[in-house]
Amino acid sequence: MPLPFYVSPEQMMQDKAEYARKGITKGKSIIALAGKQGMLLVAENPSSSLNKISEVYDRIAFAGAGKYSEFENLRKAGIRYADLKGYAYGREDVTAKSLANAYSQTIGNIFSQEMKPLEVEILVVEVGEATAQDEMYRISFDGAIADERGYASIGGQAEELRLYLKEKYEEGTTLEASLKLAVKALEASANQKVRAHNLEVAILDRSHPGRRFRRFTAAELVGLAGDLES
Amino acid sequence: MFLDLSYSGSSFCDLVTGRLPFLLTRWDHLHFSPEELGPLAKGTTVLALKYRDGVAIAGDRQATEGTQIATRRIEKVFKADEHSAIAIAGVAGPCLELARLFQTELEHYEKLEGVELSTEGKANKLSQMVKMNFPMALQGLVVIPIFVGYDRRRDEGKIYKYDVTGGRYEEAEYHATGSGGSHARASMKKQHRAEMDEGAAIHSALEALYDAAEEDIGTAGPDFVRGIFPTVKTVTAQGILDVQEDQVRAVCQRIMEARPRSH
Repeated sequence: MPLPFYVSPEQMMQDKAEYARKGITKGKSIIALAGKQGMLLVAENPSSSLNKISEVYDRIAFAGAGKYSEFENLRKAGIRYADLKGYAYGREDVTAKSLANAYSQTIGNIFSQEMKPLEVEILVVEVGEATAQDEMYRISFDGAIADERGYASIGGQAEELRLYLKEKYEEGTTLEASLKLAVKALEASANQKVRAHNLEVAILDRSHPGRRFRRFTAAELVGLAGDLES
Repeated sequence: MFLDLSYSGSSFCDLVTGRLPFLLTRWDHLHFSPEELGPLAKGTTVLALKYRDGVAIAGDRQATEGTQIATRRIEKVFKADEHSAIAIAGVAGPCLELARLFQTELEHYEKLEGVELSTEGKANKLSQMVKMNFPMALQGLVVIPIFVGYDRRRDEGKIYKYDVTGGRYEEAEYHATGSGGSHARASMKKQHRAEMDEGAAIHSALEALYDAAEEDIGTAGPDFVRGIFPTVKTVTAQGILDVQEDQVRAVCQRIMEARPRSH
């Protein structure tokens, strides 16, 4: 039996990372912004049924960029995790932090053990009583987890968006202002106009009791953002 | 708790049964005698009736342990999701578990699939869950729910009643179950009109509970001294709403005052 070629672990990880990064760069981007009313999630998504943003639990939402089938699987696993935990303990015991850690472990294991890494980048966000208690976790294809404050971006243009938001983001802005900022950031990074029907927007509404996740229709977005075309 | 990427179903019930079976009550292998079951808390009367805009669902607040009162403030009517509610009668422990499991089941499905189950789908799922309980029902741990929902596709309210085998029957007008169920049904029979408005429906529901409380020792009437009143919820095209306690108190007051003093 012929021996397989020797590939150093370092080389193997590099190849996998490059492969995953290439897959993610092809996809569109998603922005999360913490504001006065809650946590706003904005994704460029031409499909109205294949979602990139989803409710996970009362205060927690999920966003995935990259390969749809892979982040969809992660999304469902997250909902199962949250519902099981909430049923076994209590609704308050389901936190974004523990969910983000579980994602980090799982994605990290797949990256180091499987031939093909996941071509995904995900966001797990939790809305608190006030902006100071908001939490945002960005988890990349290798399981690396980053704790973000105020704003976060994932997907193809994540880096450009991060730089843009770093300059323009302000704390405690209204929903309308947050949405306008997100649209401007997406337009700047893609260098073209964004239209409402190509956007998927949802909010974790701070003031809403119980399940805080709510989606916006294209018509609502036009009403909120003013100069946005449907 | 772990992230499970291999599972693919949309049912929370199946997920728990498969992954964390100890979370569900399973005493099929044990055998209780009536003496042991006597002291278990039992929920008493719950009812539902249709009216012009949808369905009203209500229940008294008492649970009994044999001839003792277990609690005066138990909640037997629950919001299942935005467009449906469940009321339960039977042994309190398994009843409350069923209600909570059913709520989680509907929410879980909605989040995974991105759409609510149809009213029919919810009613069928509940039927399967009641059937799961059948071996325990044989030993006396009976769970009997009433399920109501607003079917937005057909634009009408629906009432489903169940038996211990999981049998699911749609009711056209009204239904009541639990220890005072037959008295409540007799009361609603005289008052129910399909075109009645919300106020009349709430009145009829509370009057039926009042009648049940007069005839059945397990059912509690409105308690003006302690300030404990029946729970009433309405399910319409606008979603599920709690009828506020002030309103329930006022209607109960009217019912009480309308009764002949010599009773």
